[in-house]
Amino acid sequence: MAKQDEPQHAPDTGHEWDGIRELTNPPPRWWMIAFHASWIWCIVYFILYPAIPLVHDSTKGILGWTMITEFKADVAENEALKAPFLKKVAAMDGQQLLADDGMKSFAESSAKALFGDNCAGCHGAGGQGAPGLFPALVDDDWLYGGDIDTIIESITDGRQGDMPAHAGMLTDKEIDGLADFVVAAAEGKATRAQFARFDDAGCSGCHGENAQGGAINELGSGGANLTDSIWRFGNSREDILRTIRYGVNQEDVPNTRVAIMPAFGDKLSPEAIKMLAVKVHELGGGK
Amino acid sequence: MNEQKDTQSIEDIYADAAHWHVNTGGETIHAKRVKGRFRTLKWYAGILWLLFFIAPYARWQGQQAILFDIPHRQFHLFAMTIWPQDIWMLSLVLILLAMTLFGVTAVAGRVWCGYFCFQTVWTDWFTWLEDRIEGNPIQRRKLDAAPWHGRKIRLKLFKHSLWLLISILTGVTFAAYFTDVYQLWIGYLTFEVPLVAWVVLAAFIFGTYVFAGFMREQVCFWLCPYARIQGVMVDKDTILPTYDVNRGEPRGKTKGRGSTSGERGDCVDCHLCVGVCPTGVDIREGMQEGCITCGMCIDACDTVMEKVGNPKGLIRYMSEKEISGEKLPPLYKRPRVIVYSMIFLMSVTGILYCLTHIPPVELSVVHERQPLFIHMSDGGIQNKYTFKAVNKMPEDIRFRLSVRGLPGLKLSASTGDMVVLKSGKAIPFHVFLRARPEQLQQENTPIYFQLRGIDKPEIHLEYKSVFIGPK
Repeated sequence: MAKQDEPQHAPDTGHEWDGIRELTNPPPRWWMIAFHASWIWCIVYFILYPAIPLVHDSTKGILGWTMITEFKADVAENEALKAPFLKKVAAMDGQQLLADDGMKSFAESSAKALFGDNCAGCHGAGGQGAPGLFPALVDDDWLYGGDIDTIIESITDGRQGDMPAHAGMLTDKEIDGLADFVVAAAEGKATRAQFARFDDAGCSGCHGENAQGGAINELGSGGANLTDSIWRFGNSREDILRTIRYGVNQEDVPNTRVAIMPAFGDKLSPEAIKMLAVKVHELGGGK
Repeated sequence: MNEQKDTQSIEDIYADAAHWHVNTGGETIHAKRVKGRFRTLKWYAGILWLLFFIAPYARWQGQQAILFDIPHRQFHLFAMTIWPQDIWMLSLVLILLAMTLFGVTAVAGRVWCGYFCFQTVWTDWFTWLEDRIEGNPIQRRKLDAAPWHGRKIRLKLFKHSLWLLISILTGVTFAAYFTDVYQLWIGYLTFEVPLVAWVVLAAFIFGTYVFAGFMREQVCFWLCPYARIQGVMVDKDTILPTYDVNRGEPRGKTKGRGSTSGERGDCVDCHLCVGVCPTGVDIREGMQEGCITCGMCIDACDTVMEKVGNPKGLIRYMSEKEISGEKLPPLYKRPRVIVYSMIFLMSVTGILYCLTHIPPVELSVVHERQPLFIHMSDGGIQNKYTFKAVNKMPEDIRFRLSVRGLPGLKLSASTGDMVVLKSGKAIPFHVFLRARPEQLQQENTPIYFQLRGIDKPEIHLEYKSVFIGPK
């Protein structure tokens, strides 16, 4: 190697422009080391890892590494971390989960992704629902009950509302009268006479004698509380009339309201459903 | 320490001078060790690094006094515990260190490089061992050139073992700042430490051994960024080891004591200043990138000046202004020194304030956004809040939770109005507030959550949030 500090003595290429000679000084040693290390690294890498693209495939590399196996290994690691907690979830019932701060926190955070994947499509990312279409999960009004066990039941088996269409059964005048009653009931101004008409029309069978839903829930028809300020299908007179006329989930009735919650029992594990129920319960209206 | 006895005559020095070259990177620098003021100072400064080796063994209340507990995300410094939430203090510490470096460099050049830098200090230790084992620079060069024989192998083996020993100690010590030092030693000795501990150890052994043993001053020349930016930090007021050209030139060999004639300057051209330079530069050519301002050449030149009967200080710490005959302005009249000191003081104040005001509980309250508010069945409006609180105290704390800002707000939390924050834990919990719509004057009402310590009333936290209602 030529002495780097005496460039004038380095071998000459014979090129000269305006008195400036081109010498053949080698690059600095550290640079050469880095250069050789780089191409050696490349070859080693090409042998070990997938590298050269072929027509339909690529070279595999002798380590057999792929991104998807690494991803799966990471997922498995994560699953292994969660396994003992999920075992605990399986052994506890809903009430016990709610009572245990740590487990409740675990259930809520685990259910975040489950909620996004399975529930948010209809009920909204925060469980706020969609007015008139899908019920909110964040309030304290429950068609089928807001205690943890009932929520688990609702998710597992699904729910299907059932309200007959009254358009043929009652006269327009009678239906008008009932709509008046519903509007008044929500404001707490319904008269005794209105209540009597409500009862006569058979509404109290599902909505309860004092129109507060309640015990009827055991029938599974989801008779709504008509006295509160939360509306499943909208609170305008038009909306109320439509619900009374065409009912809910009535076959062959055009304009009937649709209220179907699918069953998740086949789709999700009992642990997942339990954790989802905890999350729903904690959204703000759990009982 | 072992610096050579001052028995050499000026003639001997001239004879040695044939071995001393200005550093071109091609050969190992074997610097001669000469006694003197700055040599002593360098030892004292280097000894400060022993603290690095000792500090991990200090205990405080049953646990390691200085511990960067990465798994638990806590930094223990004696009685203090610093949490990730306090990490902004780190920026102040970095500013403090930077200002110290800038300030010192503005006043006296690369003091850090010359006396304190781990690269130069470790190199100094390594070459000191080399000097003790293999002899003075001339003997070392001979040994290097000699063929391999029993004595050479023995000496080299001994030297490299000691170097490796220091390297291992350095690595273990570094690792010891991140885990319990006693457990770490047991772990290393029984080969039962996690992979990361081996990687750290290997990296430090390799780094120390190669950098201090082989690369030495080349690190300062080629790797160190600080060496490169020093050019903008020194100015005409900065004192640096400087060869007094006016006095020294024209240089020339002396015949003996007191033989300075009128034509010749004080420099006797003995090359000793080059011979003692750990980076192998010739200071007589002026300030240059290789100079780490360690002052070894000053010591060397002073001994020679004494021998030849000239006044000391031909090479001395001197600023550019002083060379040109100007007076050096006092420190408090130099703008850079003043600015650096001000920033320095500000960061010291900030760090002290921060250290004495680490909040015992770190609280943040997030208002639920989806939905912003909920109509309840009784017509009320409900808002949901997620509390995230970290209790940094060593014990659990019980708090009474309340809210102010909107009279008549009803507060409900799954925990009730008493909140227990577990020590060192951050389990989020939800809090609900309910209001009647007629209470709300505006869409957004500012409210304040309050946490009052039940057992420790002095711990009192308030967090501003908002209650949102319909438009």
